[in-house]
Amino acid sequence: MIKNISNLGDAALYCDFGTEVNKEINRNVINYFNNLRDSNFLGITNITPSYNKLVISFDLKLTSFAKLKKQVENLELKKNNNSKNNLIKIPVCCVEEFALDIKRLQKLLKINEAKIYETFFSKNYYCYMTGFIAGMPFLGDMDKSLFAKRLETPRVKVPKNSIGITEQFCNIYTFESPGGWNIIGKTPVDIFDNKKNNEPNLINPGDTISFYPISKLEYEKKYE
Amino acid sequence: MKKNTNKNYFEVLRPGINSTFQDYGRNNFYHIGIPFSGAMDNRNFLLANTISNNEINNPVLEFAYQGPKLKYIGENISINVTGDVNFKIIRKNKNLEFSCYENIILENNDCLDILSTNRSVYGYLSIGGKFEVDYYLNSCSTNTKAKIGANNGEKLEKGQIIHLKNIKKILPKNKIEYLNSKIENIRIIKGPHFDHFSKDAIDSFFSDEFNVTKLSDRMGIRLKGPKISNIKNTNIKSEGLVKGVIQITADGDPIIMLSDHGTIGGYPKIGVVISADYDKLVQIPPGSKIKFKEINLKDAETIFKLYQMETQTLISHIK
Repeated sequence: MIKNISNLGDAALYCDFGTEVNKEINRNVINYFNNLRDSNFLGITNITPSYNKLVISFDLKLTSFAKLKKQVENLELKKNNNSKNNLIKIPVCCVEEFALDIKRLQKLLKINEAKIYETFFSKNYYCYMTGFIAGMPFLGDMDKSLFAKRLETPRVKVPKNSIGITEQFCNIYTFESPGGWNIIGKTPVDIFDNKKNNEPNLINPGDTISFYPISKLEYEKKYE
Repeated sequence: MKKNTNKNYFEVLRPGINSTFQDYGRNNFYHIGIPFSGAMDNRNFLLANTISNNEINNPVLEFAYQGPKLKYIGENISINVTGDVNFKIIRKNKNLEFSCYENIILENNDCLDILSTNRSVYGYLSIGGKFEVDYYLNSCSTNTKAKIGANNGEKLEKGQIIHLKNIKKILPKNKIEYLNSKIENIRIIKGPHFDHFSKDAIDSFFSDEFNVTKLSDRMGIRLKGPKISNIKNTNIKSEGLVKGVIQITADGDPIIMLSDHGTIGGYPKIGVVISADYDKLVQIPPGSKIKFKEINLKDAETIFKLYQMETQTLISHIK
Protein backbone atom coordinates (compact mmCIF):
# COMPACT_ATOMS: atom_id res chain seq x y z
CA MET A 1 0.00 0.00 0.00
CA ILE A 2 2.84 2.37 0.87
CA LYS A 3 5.06 2.31 -2.19
CA ASN A 4 8.10 3.69 -0.50
CA ILE A 5 9.17 5.14 2.85
CA SER A 6 12.08 7.58 2.82
CA ASN A 7 13.38 10.09 5.32
CA LEU A 8 12.32 13.74 5.21
CA GLY A 9 15.27 15.22 7.04
CA ASP A 10 16.36 13.43 10.22
CA ALA A 11 13.06 13.67 12.11
CA ALA A 12 10.30 12.64 9.69
CA LEU A 13 9.14 9.74 7.52
CA TYR A 14 7.93 10.45 4.00
CA CYS A 15 5.47 7.76 2.96
CA ASP A 16 4.74 7.71 -0.75
CA PHE A 17 1.42 6.19 -1.86
CA GLY A 18 1.68 7.15 -5.53
CA THR A 19 1.60 10.16 -7.79
CA GLU A 20 -2.04 10.39 -8.84
CA VAL A 21 -4.78 12.23 -7.00
CA ASN A 22 -7.76 9.95 -6.52
CA LYS A 23 -9.98 8.79 -3.69
CA GLU A 24 -8.67 5.26 -3.69
CA ILE A 25 -5.10 6.33 -3.01
CA ASN A 26 -6.22 9.00 -0.54
CA ARG A 27 -8.41 6.51 1.38
CA ASN A 28 -5.28 4.40 1.83
CA VAL A 29 -3.40 7.40 3.15
CA ILE A 30 -6.20 8.23 5.58
CA ASN A 31 -6.56 4.62 6.68
CA TYR A 32 -2.86 4.64 7.61
CA PHE A 33 -3.34 8.01 9.28
CA ASN A 34 -6.23 6.72 11.45
CA ASN A 35 -4.39 3.51 12.32
CA LEU A 36 -1.23 5.41 13.22
CA ARG A 37 -3.21 7.80 15.42
CA ASP A 38 -4.37 4.74 17.39
CA SER A 39 -0.95 3.07 17.43
CA ASN A 40 0.82 5.20 20.04
CA PHE A 41 4.25 4.51 18.57
CA LEU A 42 6.81 6.23 20.73
CA GLY A 43 8.02 9.62 19.61
CA ILE A 44 5.48 10.54 16.90
CA THR A 45 4.78 14.28 17.10
CA ASN A 46 2.64 14.81 13.99
CA ILE A 47 1.05 12.85 11.16
CA THR A 48 0.13 14.80 8.05
CA PRO A 49 -1.99 13.12 5.39
CA SER A 50 -2.24 14.74 1.95
CA TYR A 51 -3.51 13.59 -1.46
CA ASN A 52 -1.05 10.76 -1.88
CA LYS A 53 1.62 11.17 0.79
CA LEU A 54 1.79 10.77 4.54
CA VAL A 55 4.44 12.63 6.51
CA ILE A 56 5.15 11.35 10.02
CA SER A 57 7.22 13.71 12.17
CA PHE A 58 8.92 12.42 15.28
CA ASP A 59 11.01 13.54 18.21
CA LEU A 60 14.59 12.57 17.49
CA LYS A 61 15.26 12.36 21.23
CA LEU A 62 12.77 9.49 21.52
CA THR A 63 13.03 7.47 18.31
CA SER A 64 14.78 7.37 14.95
CA PHE A 65 13.98 7.00 11.27
CA ALA A 66 15.05 3.34 11.18
CA LYS A 67 13.05 2.37 14.26
CA LEU A 68 9.85 4.12 13.26
CA LYS A 69 10.10 2.98 9.66
CA LYS A 70 10.15 -0.63 10.83
CA GLN A 71 7.12 -0.01 13.05
CA VAL A 72 5.16 1.59 10.22
CA GLU A 73 6.07 -1.21 7.84
CA ASN A 74 4.86 -3.79 10.35
CA LEU A 75 1.73 -1.88 11.31
CA GLU A 76 -1.29 -4.16 11.17
CA LEU A 77 -4.05 -2.18 9.53
CA LYS A 78 -7.51 -2.51 10.92
CA LYS A 79 -9.70 -2.72 7.86
CA ASN A 80 -12.25 -0.04 7.13
CA ASN A 81 -11.14 2.19 9.91
CA ASN A 82 -13.55 4.79 8.62
CA SER A 83 -15.81 5.11 11.64
CA LYS A 84 -14.41 8.57 12.19
CA ASN A 85 -15.43 9.78 8.74
CA ASN A 86 -18.70 11.70 8.76
CA LEU A 87 -21.12 13.31 6.34
CA ILE A 88 -21.26 17.06 7.00
CA LYS A 89 -23.70 19.53 5.44
CA ILE A 90 -22.48 23.05 4.85
CA PRO A 91 -24.89 25.92 4.02
CA VAL A 92 -23.68 28.41 1.40
CA CYS A 93 -25.02 31.86 0.62
CA CYS A 94 -24.38 32.79 -3.00
CA VAL A 95 -25.49 36.43 -3.22
CA GLU A 96 -23.34 38.64 -5.41
CA GLU A 97 -21.41 40.27 -2.57
CA PHE A 98 -20.14 36.84 -1.47
CA ALA A 99 -19.74 35.21 -4.88
CA LEU A 100 -16.73 37.30 -5.87
CA ASP A 101 -15.82 35.32 -8.98
CA ILE A 102 -19.12 34.04 -10.30
CA LYS A 103 -19.14 36.51 -13.22
CA ARG A 104 -15.61 35.50 -14.16
CA LEU A 105 -16.59 31.82 -13.99
CA GLN A 106 -19.62 32.30 -16.24
CA LYS A 107 -17.35 33.69 -18.93
CA LEU A 108 -14.54 31.23 -18.34
CA LEU A 109 -16.72 28.12 -18.26
CA LYS A 110 -19.37 29.41 -20.69
CA ILE A 111 -22.13 28.22 -18.34
CA ASN A 112 -24.73 30.45 -16.74
CA GLU A 113 -24.78 31.16 -13.03
CA ALA A 114 -27.83 29.01 -12.26
CA LYS A 115 -26.28 25.98 -13.95
CA ILE A 116 -22.95 26.48 -12.16
CA TYR A 117 -24.70 26.39 -8.79
CA GLU A 118 -27.00 23.54 -9.74
CA THR A 119 -23.98 21.46 -10.73
CA PHE A 120 -22.00 22.48 -7.67
CA PHE A 121 -24.77 21.67 -5.18
CA SER A 122 -25.66 18.35 -6.82
CA LYS A 123 -22.48 16.55 -5.75
CA ASN A 124 -20.97 15.28 -2.52
CA TYR A 125 -17.34 16.13 -1.94
CA TYR A 126 -14.64 14.12 -0.27
CA CYS A 127 -12.11 15.70 2.08
CA TYR A 128 -8.64 14.74 0.86
CA MET A 129 -6.80 16.74 3.49
CA THR A 130 -6.99 19.75 5.75
CA GLY A 131 -4.33 22.30 6.35
CA PHE A 132 -2.15 24.98 4.86
CA ILE A 133 -4.03 27.35 7.15
CA ALA A 134 -5.73 25.96 10.24
CA GLY A 135 -8.73 23.80 9.37
CA MET A 136 -8.87 24.53 5.62
CA PRO A 137 -10.39 21.49 3.89
CA PHE A 138 -9.34 20.43 0.38
CA LEU A 139 -12.42 18.82 -1.16
CA GLY A 140 -13.08 16.97 -4.40
CA ASP A 141 -13.94 16.10 -6.99
CA MET A 142 -15.69 18.86 -8.87
CA ASP A 143 -17.81 18.08 -11.89
CA LYS A 144 -15.59 18.38 -14.99
CA SER A 145 -17.76 21.18 -16.38
CA LEU A 146 -16.68 23.39 -13.45
CA PHE A 147 -12.91 22.90 -13.76
CA ALA A 148 -11.49 26.42 -13.65
CA LYS A 149 -8.01 27.83 -13.32
CA ARG A 150 -6.89 29.88 -10.34
CA LEU A 151 -6.99 33.66 -10.55
CA GLU A 152 -3.92 34.90 -12.38
CA THR A 153 -3.19 37.30 -9.55
CA PRO A 154 -4.19 35.89 -6.19
CA ARG A 155 -6.32 38.08 -3.91
CA VAL A 156 -4.41 39.62 -1.03
CA LYS A 157 -7.38 38.96 1.22
CA VAL A 158 -10.01 36.30 0.66
CA PRO A 159 -12.79 36.84 3.23
CA LYS A 160 -13.09 34.25 5.98
CA ASN A 161 -15.62 31.44 5.27
CA SER A 162 -15.50 31.93 1.49
CA ILE A 163 -16.05 28.86 -0.69
CA GLY A 164 -13.48 28.60 -3.48
CA ILE A 165 -13.11 26.32 -6.48
CA THR A 166 -10.16 25.51 -8.70
CA GLU A 167 -9.52 22.60 -11.08
CA GLN A 168 -10.93 19.42 -9.54
CA PHE A 169 -11.10 20.85 -6.00
CA CYS A 170 -13.08 23.18 -3.78
CA ASN A 171 -12.15 24.55 -0.38
CA ILE A 172 -13.33 26.75 2.45
CA TYR A 173 -11.17 29.64 3.66
CA THR A 174 -11.21 29.15 7.42
CA PHE A 175 -9.44 32.47 8.01
CA GLU A 176 -9.04 35.64 6.02
CA SER A 177 -6.05 34.75 3.93
CA PRO A 178 -4.35 35.45 0.61
CA GLY A 179 -5.60 33.08 -2.07
CA GLY A 180 -6.24 32.51 -5.74
CA TRP A 181 -9.28 30.22 -5.82
CA ASN A 182 -12.52 31.28 -7.55
CA ILE A 183 -14.92 32.41 -4.85
CA ILE A 184 -18.55 31.34 -5.37
CA GLY A 185 -20.16 31.97 -1.98
CA LYS A 186 -19.79 32.10 1.76
CA THR A 187 -20.90 29.95 4.65
CA PRO A 188 -22.06 31.25 8.04
CA VAL A 189 -20.59 28.13 9.70
CA ASP A 190 -17.18 28.43 11.31
CA ILE A 191 -15.18 25.51 9.93
CA PHE A 192 -12.40 26.20 12.40
CA ASP A 193 -13.56 27.39 15.80
CA ASN A 194 -10.66 28.42 17.98
CA LYS A 195 -13.00 28.62 20.96
CA LYS A 196 -13.58 24.87 20.87
CA ASN A 197 -11.09 23.05 22.97
CA ASN A 198 -10.94 19.52 21.65
CA GLU A 199 -12.03 19.42 18.04
CA PRO A 200 -11.66 22.95 16.68
CA ASN A 201 -12.07 21.76 13.09
CA LEU A 202 -15.45 20.71 11.73
CA ILE A 203 -14.07 18.78 8.77
CA ASN A 204 -11.44 16.04 8.96
CA PRO A 205 -9.57 14.17 6.22
CA GLY A 206 -11.83 11.39 4.91
CA ASP A 207 -15.11 13.16 5.69
CA THR A 208 -17.80 13.69 3.06
CA ILE A 209 -19.21 17.16 2.54
CA SER A 210 -22.40 18.32 0.86
CA PHE A 211 -23.20 21.95 0.27
CA TYR A 212 -26.69 23.45 0.16
CA PRO A 213 -27.84 26.97 -0.78
CA ILE A 214 -29.30 29.43 1.72
CA SER A 215 -30.70 32.94 1.32
CA LYS A 216 -29.09 36.08 2.67
CA LEU A 217 -31.73 36.15 5.40
CA GLU A 218 -30.92 32.61 6.51
CA TYR A 219 -27.24 33.47 6.36
CA GLU A 220 -27.72 36.41 8.69
CA LYS A 221 -29.90 34.38 11.05
CA LYS A 222 -27.23 31.70 11.34
CA TYR A 223 -24.71 34.35 12.20
CA GLU A 224 -26.68 35.68 15.13
CA MET B 1 -6.51 44.03 29.38
CA LYS B 2 -7.81 44.12 32.96
CA LYS B 3 -6.14 46.64 35.17
CA ASN B 4 -4.24 45.54 38.25
CA THR B 5 -6.34 42.83 39.85
CA ASN B 6 -3.36 40.65 40.68
CA LYS B 7 -0.58 41.56 43.02
CA ASN B 8 2.25 40.89 40.60
CA TYR B 9 2.22 42.03 37.02
CA PHE B 10 4.08 43.60 34.12
CA GLU B 11 2.70 46.58 32.29
CA VAL B 12 3.75 46.67 28.64
CA LEU B 13 5.25 50.11 27.97
CA ARG B 14 6.56 49.04 24.56
CA PRO B 15 5.58 45.70 23.02
CA GLY B 16 8.67 45.19 20.82
CA ILE B 17 8.58 43.93 17.26
CA ASN B 18 7.32 40.37 17.68
CA SER B 19 6.86 39.43 21.33
CA THR B 20 4.82 36.30 21.97
CA PHE B 21 4.39 33.74 24.73
CA GLN B 22 5.78 30.35 23.79
CA ASP B 23 6.41 26.97 25.31
CA TYR B 24 7.83 23.81 23.74
CA GLY B 25 5.09 23.73 21.11
CA ARG B 26 1.89 22.01 20.09
CA ASN B 27 2.06 18.34 19.07
CA ASN B 28 -0.27 16.37 16.88
CA PHE B 29 -2.35 18.95 15.01
CA TYR B 30 -0.56 19.24 11.65
CA HIS B 31 -3.37 17.20 10.10
CA ILE B 32 -5.84 20.02 10.76
CA GLY B 33 -3.46 22.75 9.69
CA ILE B 34 -2.04 23.80 13.05
CA PRO B 35 1.75 24.08 13.04
CA PHE B 36 4.03 23.08 15.87
CA SER B 37 4.90 26.67 16.89
CA GLY B 38 6.75 26.89 20.22
CA ALA B 39 9.98 28.68 21.07
CA MET B 40 12.06 29.08 17.91
CA ASP B 41 15.41 28.50 19.63
CA ASN B 42 14.80 25.40 21.69
CA ARG B 43 18.10 25.43 23.56
CA ASN B 44 17.76 29.02 24.75
CA PHE B 45 14.16 28.24 25.77
CA LEU B 46 15.35 25.25 27.87
CA LEU B 47 18.15 27.26 29.45
CA ALA B 48 15.76 30.10 30.36
CA ASN B 49 13.45 27.74 32.24
CA THR B 50 16.33 25.81 33.82
CA ILE B 51 17.96 28.95 35.20
CA SER B 52 14.55 29.93 36.63
CA ASN B 53 14.24 26.48 38.17
CA ASN B 54 10.95 26.01 36.32
CA GLU B 55 9.44 22.95 34.72
CA ILE B 56 11.03 22.70 31.31
CA ASN B 57 7.78 23.44 29.46
CA ASN B 58 6.94 26.60 31.41
CA PRO B 59 5.81 29.54 29.22
CA VAL B 60 8.45 32.12 28.33
CA LEU B 61 8.20 35.46 26.58
CA GLU B 62 9.93 35.29 23.22
CA PHE B 63 10.97 38.47 21.46
CA ALA B 64 12.66 39.24 18.14
CA TYR B 65 15.13 42.02 17.28
CA GLN B 66 13.75 44.70 19.59
CA GLY B 67 12.19 43.29 22.74
CA PRO B 68 9.55 44.74 25.04
CA LYS B 69 9.87 47.40 27.72
CA LEU B 70 8.06 46.18 30.80
CA LYS B 71 7.25 47.89 34.07
CA TYR B 72 7.11 45.51 37.00
CA ILE B 73 4.73 45.90 39.93
CA GLY B 74 4.87 43.40 42.78
CA GLU B 75 7.03 41.55 45.26
CA ASN B 76 10.66 40.80 44.37
CA ILE B 77 10.93 38.23 41.62
CA SER B 78 13.80 36.39 39.90
CA ILE B 79 14.05 36.74 36.15
CA ASN B 80 16.55 35.85 33.46
CA VAL B 81 17.11 36.63 29.81
CA THR B 82 18.64 34.14 27.36
CA GLY B 83 20.00 34.58 23.88
CA ASP B 84 22.43 37.24 22.75
CA VAL B 85 20.49 40.16 24.16
CA ASN B 86 21.22 43.73 25.17
CA PHE B 87 18.95 44.78 28.04
CA LYS B 88 18.91 46.95 31.13
CA ILE B 89 16.89 47.52 34.25
CA ILE B 90 15.86 51.03 35.13
CA ARG B 91 15.62 51.34 38.91
CA LYS B 92 14.87 54.73 40.45
CA ASN B 93 16.16 56.54 37.36
CA LYS B 94 19.36 54.54 37.31
CA ASN B 95 20.33 52.24 34.45
CA LEU B 96 21.59 48.89 35.68
CA GLU B 97 23.40 46.53 33.30
CA PHE B 98 23.21 42.73 33.57
CA SER B 99 24.25 39.75 31.50
CA CYS B 100 22.21 37.02 29.92
CA TYR B 101 21.97 33.59 31.55
CA GLU B 102 21.90 34.78 35.15
CA ASN B 103 19.15 35.22 37.68
CA ILE B 104 18.38 38.85 38.38
CA ILE B 105 16.09 40.20 41.07
CA LEU B 106 13.41 42.53 39.80
CA GLU B 107 11.91 44.91 42.36
CA ASN B 108 8.65 46.81 42.57
CA ASN B 109 8.54 49.69 40.04
CA ASP B 110 11.58 48.42 38.12
CA CYS B 111 11.50 48.82 34.39
CA LEU B 112 12.97 46.01 32.28
CA ASP B 113 14.02 47.37 28.90
CA ILE B 114 14.99 44.68 26.38
CA LEU B 115 16.72 46.81 23.79
CA SER B 116 17.86 44.41 21.11
CA THR B 117 19.13 41.00 20.13
CA ASN B 118 22.73 41.34 18.98
CA ARG B 119 23.40 39.99 15.48
CA SER B 120 20.75 37.36 16.18
CA VAL B 121 16.97 37.23 16.08
CA TYR B 122 15.29 35.68 19.14
CA GLY B 123 15.70 36.05 22.88
CA TYR B 124 13.73 34.81 25.88
CA LEU B 125 12.50 36.19 29.17
CA SER B 126 11.77 33.70 31.90
CA ILE B 127 10.53 34.39 35.43
CA GLY B 128 10.74 32.46 38.67
CA GLY B 129 7.03 31.78 38.57
CA LYS B 130 4.50 31.64 35.79
CA PHE B 131 3.04 34.07 33.29
CA GLU B 132 -0.71 33.76 33.59
CA VAL B 133 -1.55 32.67 30.05
CA ASP B 134 -4.28 30.70 28.30
CA TYR B 135 -3.64 27.23 26.99
CA TYR B 136 -5.07 25.87 23.77
CA LEU B 137 -4.69 22.27 22.57
CA ASN B 138 -2.21 21.53 25.37
CA SER B 139 0.10 24.44 24.69
CA CYS B 140 0.25 28.16 25.40
CA SER B 141 2.31 28.84 22.27
CA THR B 142 0.93 31.83 20.44
CA ASN B 143 0.10 31.34 16.78
CA THR B 144 -0.86 34.73 15.40
CA LYS B 145 -2.13 33.27 12.11
CA ALA B 146 -4.71 30.90 13.64
CA LYS B 147 -5.19 33.27 16.56
CA ILE B 148 -4.69 30.58 19.16
CA GLY B 149 -2.69 30.19 22.34
CA ALA B 150 -1.69 32.76 24.94
CA ASN B 151 -2.82 36.39 24.71
CA ASN B 152 -5.77 35.42 22.44
CA GLY B 153 -3.28 34.43 19.78
CA GLU B 154 -1.85 37.93 19.48
CA LYS B 155 1.54 39.59 19.89
CA LEU B 156 2.04 41.77 22.96
CA GLU B 157 0.36 45.13 22.72
CA LYS B 158 1.23 48.45 24.25
CA GLY B 159 -0.52 49.11 27.54
CA GLN B 160 -1.56 45.56 28.27
CA ILE B 161 -1.06 43.91 31.64
CA ILE B 162 0.70 40.54 32.00
CA HIS B 163 -0.35 38.86 35.24
CA LEU B 164 2.05 36.59 37.06
CA LYS B 165 1.37 33.75 39.43
CA ASN B 166 3.16 31.13 41.53
CA ILE B 167 5.98 33.55 42.29
CA LYS B 168 8.88 31.61 43.75
CA LYS B 169 11.18 32.56 46.57
CA ILE B 170 14.15 34.48 45.26
CA LEU B 171 16.37 32.00 43.46
CA PRO B 172 20.09 31.55 44.06
CA LYS B 173 22.26 33.39 41.60
CA ASN B 174 22.19 30.68 38.94
CA LYS B 175 24.44 31.55 36.09
CA ILE B 176 26.18 30.02 33.12
CA GLU B 177 28.78 31.31 30.76
CA TYR B 178 27.44 30.57 27.32
CA LEU B 179 28.14 32.18 24.03
CA ASN B 180 25.63 31.63 21.25
CA SER B 181 27.97 30.60 18.48
CA LYS B 182 27.11 31.73 14.99
CA ILE B 183 26.78 29.43 12.05
CA GLU B 184 27.36 29.97 8.36
CA ASN B 185 27.17 26.48 6.96
CA ILE B 186 23.72 25.03 7.39
CA ARG B 187 23.80 21.27 7.14
CA ILE B 188 20.97 19.65 5.24
CA ILE B 189 19.76 16.24 4.14
CA LYS B 190 18.57 15.74 0.54
CA GLY B 191 14.82 16.18 0.13
CA PRO B 192 12.35 14.01 -1.84
CA HIS B 193 12.42 16.29 -4.90
CA PHE B 194 16.17 16.60 -5.29
CA ASP B 195 15.86 15.24 -8.83
CA HIS B 196 13.60 18.15 -9.87
CA PHE B 197 16.69 20.30 -10.21
CA SER B 198 19.45 20.32 -12.79
CA LYS B 199 23.01 19.33 -11.91
CA ASP B 200 24.09 22.95 -12.36
CA ALA B 201 21.32 24.13 -10.04
CA ILE B 202 22.34 21.60 -7.38
CA ASP B 203 25.99 22.60 -7.75
CA SER B 204 25.25 26.26 -7.21
CA PHE B 205 22.84 25.45 -4.36
CA PHE B 206 25.76 23.93 -2.44
CA SER B 207 28.60 26.17 -3.58
CA ASP B 208 27.06 29.65 -3.68
CA GLU B 209 25.98 31.93 -0.84
CA PHE B 210 22.39 32.93 -0.15
CA ASN B 211 21.19 36.15 1.43
CA VAL B 212 18.68 36.01 4.27
CA THR B 213 16.02 38.52 3.24
CA LYS B 214 13.80 40.73 5.36
CA LEU B 215 10.83 38.57 4.40
CA SER B 216 11.70 36.19 7.20
CA ASP B 217 9.64 35.55 10.32
CA ARG B 218 8.40 32.72 12.55
CA MET B 219 6.85 31.06 9.48
CA GLY B 220 9.93 30.92 7.32
CA ILE B 221 13.18 32.34 6.02
CA ARG B 222 13.17 33.57 2.44
CA LEU B 223 16.51 33.46 0.69
CA LYS B 224 17.87 35.24 -2.38
CA GLY B 225 20.80 33.98 -4.34
CA PRO B 226 21.37 32.07 -7.54
CA LYS B 227 18.08 30.91 -9.06
CA ILE B 228 17.63 27.18 -8.55
CA SER B 229 16.12 26.14 -11.85
CA ASN B 230 13.68 23.30 -11.98
CA ILE B 231 13.88 20.78 -14.83
CA LYS B 232 10.70 18.85 -13.97
CA ASN B 233 7.83 20.80 -12.48
CA THR B 234 7.77 23.88 -10.27
CA ASN B 235 4.65 22.60 -8.54
CA ILE B 236 3.92 19.28 -6.88
CA LYS B 237 0.69 17.99 -5.41
CA SER B 238 0.50 19.63 -2.00
CA GLU B 239 1.93 17.49 0.78
CA GLY B 240 3.06 17.64 4.40
CA LEU B 241 5.86 19.92 5.51
CA VAL B 242 8.07 19.87 8.59
CA LYS B 243 10.27 22.40 10.36
CA GLY B 244 13.45 22.99 8.38
CA VAL B 245 12.14 21.89 4.98
CA ILE B 246 13.63 23.94 2.13
CA GLN B 247 11.14 24.50 -0.67
CA ILE B 248 12.11 26.04 -4.00
CA THR B 249 9.42 28.41 -5.28
CA ALA B 250 8.41 28.72 -8.92
CA ASP B 251 10.74 31.76 -9.09
CA GLY B 252 13.69 29.54 -8.11
CA ASP B 253 14.17 31.02 -4.62
CA PRO B 254 14.56 28.85 -1.52
CA ILE B 255 12.21 29.22 1.45
CA ILE B 256 13.08 27.45 4.70
CA MET B 257 10.00 26.53 6.72
CA LEU B 258 10.18 27.49 10.41
CA SER B 259 8.08 26.76 13.50
CA ASP B 260 4.85 28.53 12.41
CA HIS B 261 4.94 27.18 8.83
CA GLY B 262 1.85 26.23 6.83
CA THR B 263 1.34 22.50 7.36
CA ILE B 264 1.16 21.56 3.67
CA GLY B 265 2.83 23.04 0.64
CA GLY B 266 3.06 22.56 -3.09
CA TYR B 267 6.65 23.49 -3.93
CA PRO B 268 9.36 20.87 -4.46
CA LYS B 269 11.54 20.18 -1.44
CA ILE B 270 15.25 20.24 -2.22
CA GLY B 271 16.34 19.42 1.33
CA VAL B 272 15.72 19.57 5.06
CA VAL B 273 17.90 21.32 7.65
CA ILE B 274 19.21 18.85 10.23
CA SER B 275 17.64 19.06 13.70
CA ALA B 276 20.94 19.94 15.37
CA ASP B 277 21.34 23.11 13.27
CA TYR B 278 17.77 24.40 13.70
CA ASP B 279 18.40 26.60 16.77
CA LYS B 280 21.29 28.30 15.04
CA LEU B 281 19.41 28.65 11.76
CA VAL B 282 16.52 30.59 13.31
CA GLN B 283 18.97 33.03 14.88
CA ILE B 284 20.44 34.15 11.54
CA PRO B 285 19.25 37.72 10.99
CA PRO B 286 18.21 39.26 7.66
CA GLY B 287 21.17 40.64 5.75
CA SER B 288 23.37 37.62 6.62
CA LYS B 289 24.75 35.17 4.13
CA ILE B 290 24.44 31.41 4.48
CA LYS B 291 25.70 28.34 2.67
CA PHE B 292 24.28 24.84 2.57
CA LYS B 293 26.24 21.66 3.08
CA GLU B 294 24.87 18.18 2.38
CA ILE B 295 25.30 15.40 4.92
CA ASN B 296 23.73 11.96 5.27
CA LEU B 297 21.10 10.78 7.74
CA LYS B 298 23.51 8.76 9.87
CA ASP B 299 25.81 11.75 10.39
CA ALA B 300 22.83 13.99 11.15
CA GLU B 301 21.71 11.57 13.87
CA THR B 302 25.20 11.49 15.38
CA ILE B 303 25.42 15.30 15.31
CA PHE B 304 22.03 15.50 17.01
CA LYS B 305 23.30 13.26 19.86
CA LEU B 306 26.25 15.62 20.30
CA TYR B 307 23.90 18.61 20.28
CA GLN B 308 21.82 16.93 23.00
CA MET B 309 24.91 16.17 25.09
CA GLU B 310 26.07 19.76 24.75
CA THR B 311 22.66 21.00 25.94
CA GLN B 312 22.75 18.63 28.93
CA THR B 313 26.27 19.77 29.82
CA LEU B 314 25.11 23.40 29.78
CA ILE B 315 22.13 22.55 31.96
CA SER B 316 24.35 20.69 34.42
CA HIS B 317 26.59 23.76 34.71
CA ILE B 318 23.74 25.93 35.91
CA LYS B 319 24.02 26.74 39.63
